[in-house]
Formats: sequence, C-alpha cells, structure tokens
Amino acid sequence: MAALTMHYTVDGNDFTLAGDCSSKVKKSLTQLGFDPATIRKVAIAMYEGEINMVIHANGGFIDVSIEPDKIVAVLNDHGPGIADINKAMQEGFSTASNKVRELGFGAGMGLPNMKKYSDEMNISTKIGEGTIVTLTFYTNKTNN
Amino acid sequence: MAETYWHSVTLDKDACKGCTNCLKHCPTQAIRIQNRKAKILKERCIDCGECIRVCPYHAKKAVTDSFDILKNYKYNVALAAPAFCAQFSKTENINLMLTALKKLGFDDVFEVARGAQKASEETRKLMSSGELLSPTISSACPAVVRLIAIRFPNLIGNIIPLRAPMELAAIQARKEAVEKSGLSPDEIGIIFISPCAAKVTEIRSPSNVKNSEVDAVLSMKDIYLKLAQTINKIDENEIENLSFSGKEGILWAVPGGEAVASHVERQIAVDGIQNVIQVFEDIEDGKLNDIEYVEALACIGGCVGGPLTAENSFVACSRLKRICKPLADEKLGLNDDIVAQWDKPLIYRPIMNLDKDINIAMEKMIKLEEIYDRLPKLDCGSCGSPTCRSLAEDIVRGYAKETDCIFKLRERLSSFVNEMVQIDKPKTEDYSSDKNNNDNGSK
Ligand SMILES: Nc1ncnc2c1ncn2[C@@H]1O[C@H](COP(=O)(O)OP(=O)(O)O)[C@@H](O)[C@H]1O
Ligand code: SF4
Ligand SMILES: [Mg+2]
Repeated sequence: MAALTMHYTVDGNDFTLAGDCSSKVKKSLTQLGFDPATIRKVAIAMYEGEINMVIHANGGFIDVSIEPDKIVAVLNDHGPGIADINKAMQEGFSTASNKVRELGFGAGMGLPNMKKYSDEMNISTKIGEGTIVTLTFYTNKTNN
Repeated sequence: MAETYWHSVTLDKDACKGCTNCLKHCPTQAIRIQNRKAKILKERCIDCGECIRVCPYHAKKAVTDSFDILKNYKYNVALAAPAFCAQFSKTENINLMLTALKKLGFDDVFEVARGAQKASEETRKLMSSGELLSPTISSACPAVVRLIAIRFPNLIGNIIPLRAPMELAAIQARKEAVEKSGLSPDEIGIIFISPCAAKVTEIRSPSNVKNSEVDAVLSMKDIYLKLAQTINKIDENEIENLSFSGKEGILWAVPGGEAVASHVERQIAVDGIQNVIQVFEDIEDGKLNDIEYVEALACIGGCVGGPLTAENSFVACSRLKRICKPLADEKLGLNDDIVAQWDKPLIYRPIMNLDKDINIAMEKMIKLEEIYDRLPKLDCGSCGSPTCRSLAEDIVRGYAKETDCIFKLRERLSSFVNEMVQIDKPKTEDYSSDKNNNDNGSK
C-alpha cells in the first residue's frame, strides 16, 4: 500500500507559526489511529526540528511519509548548515542569539531531544547550503 | 467500550433554524447541520455548553431535573456550587442566600466549596508527593476531562486523579443527612444546584467514579427567579447560619482560585475551552516544561461563567471576590476519611479515528486529502460540516457527499446546464462559435 505523504512549508519569519506543522501531523496521526505514545514522540521531535528551521535556518520544507509501521519526517532547509554536528548534538549547546533566547528558545536541547524521541535520526548538512534532518519512528505493531 | 453515553446538552428541534452558529463554535466539531437542523454527534460532545451560549434561537438546552424530583426522597439536601452565591445583585450575604435556597423546599443545604477546600488539601498533598506527571492538570472541570479523554490521550496521565469538589461534598452531605434524619442513605436526595451542563452529564455518566453521589441536578437559571423572590421576603432574624466554607473553596468558582490554592508557584489558570485546547497542544509538544500545575476551566470566567448561570460572569466574579474578602482562607472542610481519589481510571475514547483498521484508515486519509484539495477551503459551513476539512472527513466516513458543498453543487449544476444547452442545439449550426464557447468554459 502506498504511503501517505504530506508536504508543509515552514515560514522562517514567524516564530508564532512554528509548531503548526507538527500540530497538523499530530492530528492526522490521531485520525489514523496511531497509538498515543507514538504520536507524542513524533510531535515532540518534529516540533523541535520545526523550531530549529525557524530560529537557525530561515524556514524550509517538511515532508512526512506515513505507513502503518513507520513514520518518516524529512526536514529540509537552505540555512547556514551545521558546522560541527557532534557539538550541536551536545545537551545545552546552542548558537542561538540573545534575541532568540529572550523568546525562550535556544536551550540547546532540541537536537538531543529529537534524537531521544525518534528511533533513527540522520543529519546531512553543508555549510552555506543547508541541512536535511531525517527522523524515523517505528510504531509498535499492536494497533487496534 | 461502545456504550454511547448520556448527554445533558440537547437540541430543541422546533427552535433550531439550522444556522451555523453552534456548528462553528463547537470545540470538538461535534455538530452537523442535516436537513436544516443541527445534530449533535454524541460520541464527540463533551457537554461544555458552548452551543448553549452561542445559539441565538435558544435551541440548545441542558437537560436538568425539575423541582418535582424532590418528591422522590424523604430528606433533600441542596448542594450549592460556589458560583451560586455570586448570582444575586440584591445581597452579598451567603447565609441569606443559603437560607432562601433551603426555604425553596430543602431540608438542608451543603456548600460545594467545602468539597473544594478538601480537593485543595488533597492537591497540595499529591503535588508535594512528586508522584504526578508535570505539568499536572486539574480534574475539576468535567468538560475538560472529557476533552482530554477524546483528544489528548497523552495527557490522561497528567490529570490529577481527584474527584470533583461536587462529588466530595456529596459524600459528606449524605453522611451528615443520614445522621441528622435517621433515614437510610437512599432515602436522602442530594440535589446539586448547577451552573454547569457538563456536571449534569458527569452525574449520569461519570468518567472517573463508578457511581456519582449526586442524585439529581437543578439548573441555577431555572430556580433563579423563585430564589430572588424568596430572598426578598426573608427577615433579618430568619437568616440561618448555614455557611461554613472559607475563601479558598469558594474561589474555585473563578479563574485562578483553584490554581492559587494549590500553593504551586509555577501554576497557570486557563479559562475558555479554546484557550484550554491551545495550552494542551503546547503541553503535548513539550512547550510548557516550566509549568507545574494547570488549572483548566472550559468556561470563560470559570464556573461563574457556566452556561446555566443567571448573572453576567464578570459581575459575578467581582461580587464573589468581595463576598470572600472577610473570610478566612480555610474554614470547615470535609472529614479526613473521605476518599478523594478516583475509583475508576479515565479511558481514552479514540473517536477521531477514521477506522479501526489502520490500513483502511490510511486509505481513507488519502481519499480525504484528495477531496479536501478539491474543496474551496472557505470553511463557510453551508454544507453542514464545520470546515471544508471536516466535510472531506464526513465524506470518507460515508455521512456526506461532495455536492453537499454549495460551490461543488453549483459547479455540477452549471456543467449540467452546459451539457443540456449542447444537447438542445441543432448539430450542424454554428459549429465554430460553439467550439469557442467550450474552450472558454474549460479554462
Ligand atoms: N536546521 C539547522 N540549521 C542550522 N543550524 C542548526 C539547525 N538545527 C540546529 N542547529 C545548530 O545546532 C545547535 C543546537 O541545536 P538545538 O539542540 O536544537 O539547540 P538550540 O536550538 O536550543 O540552539 C543550534 O544552536 C544551531 O547552532
Ligand atoms: S468551567 Fe465550571 S461551569 Fe464551565 S464546564 Fe467547567 S465545571 Fe462546568
Ligand atoms: Mg532547537
């Protein structure tokens, strides 16, 4: 059976819209009957990724593919890229500006949480070109 | 569990004009317009009462009991919600109001605010035990609890598992009535005086206690006139000493009262069902990690803004605060031996599912997206579904068809009319101009 795919644009200029996409995905997953624990993991990880696209990379696109046993979210931006992925993955590491911190972002927990809540995370990034984060979630087979 | 539960909120079909007011305001999209009448989807309704408030034709009602219900019992206790004493412009004397209530035909009155004080004590204990998920969500508003049960399964574990003040107060009210009257518990009528439709439902179909201790419900609105008249007739020396509750319990009726009484510093008080939904979405996304306690009330203004109240909620809020000012924070609560926790877990009701089988649900979702793409996205509600998306959903569920959309119908009709015109025309005549017409039409 074909996967269900969704395509979203993330606006890089509006903080208040960040979370829109993960919220829509959450609704769809609920309608599809995925189990609440899986939905929660997807929502938290995607939300963090979405925020990163807004505060670090000026927005971009998110493509989500949903299959009964697997959900894949590809977060694609044309931002500055990540210079040192290992560093970026450390808890508390952040390059967020003071302005962004004043808004309550930039605690440096986004990437670590994305890793924690997804089953697989892959980052492909190039300085000056952008970043693609792929999050994969496997669902517990017991759906009813 | 396929049982359809009983609802307090119902439709008066004759009064309903089939407009889109309730349709557009329902927070769980539980209303459709079919054959020019509103229809409440039972599984989705959380009895918040929004539709009662917005219906300009008063076609949405909360079913409550009539005064005759008192005849079913030998001894009746009026259980007065804290919002009760903010309803009357004539007086701010709680004892006068409770005396008047008693005079309507009750043997005694009991303040729900005492149950609220108990709930505050239990909240503080549980909050300091460190056993609860953070942020902890209040369980006081049954409409909110039902919202969580159908829309926020991930937050079920965050709800503080405490019985509502009304339930707690009812337990002790019955005990005291048994002692005072010498009758058996089932000869006692515990009659809740309600500002709230959701609580009426909660009594008949409780979500987290096996059986409600409340026997019947009278709407504040319904008894308001009689009460106002009675209050006028009571002499100073007739006023009984019936109020024993403190500020803390009474202020549960207004936003912030319960949250402040939790003694948790990082607390928020959210009122209005749409605001509650927004905050719950944020909690789900992990955005509210610095908050420990969330008071969540479905009604704007809290219970003094309940759909069955009589007084303007802003005025009532101000009045309630004045009434409370001279009172001590805590006064008489409830007995220590009253069990405050739920005796039945809250269960997720996945009513938003497109299908039980995830494969079929996915097929339906793909179809839903295709249909949604074709709809005009005006969310006008003329089709009888609240949004274009929900029409698409209704279509894949088999409850609606694409031409329920008036724009789609118009498209269909005009292409149909075009076809008719073609058929009507003699074939040989004016072939070239006809072709032009067709070209224009299809662009
Ligand atoms: N999409 C992105 N584009 C560019 N840099 C990013 C992106 N996502 C994360 N980063 C970098 O990784 C760092 C750590 O990210 P994260 O753990 O989410 O913390 P925070 O967003 O709070 O800074 C960021 O400060 C930023 O330097
Ligand atoms: S806020 Fe109060 S009156 Fe309104 S639904 Fe909730 S419990 Fe009932
Ligand atoms: Mg981040």
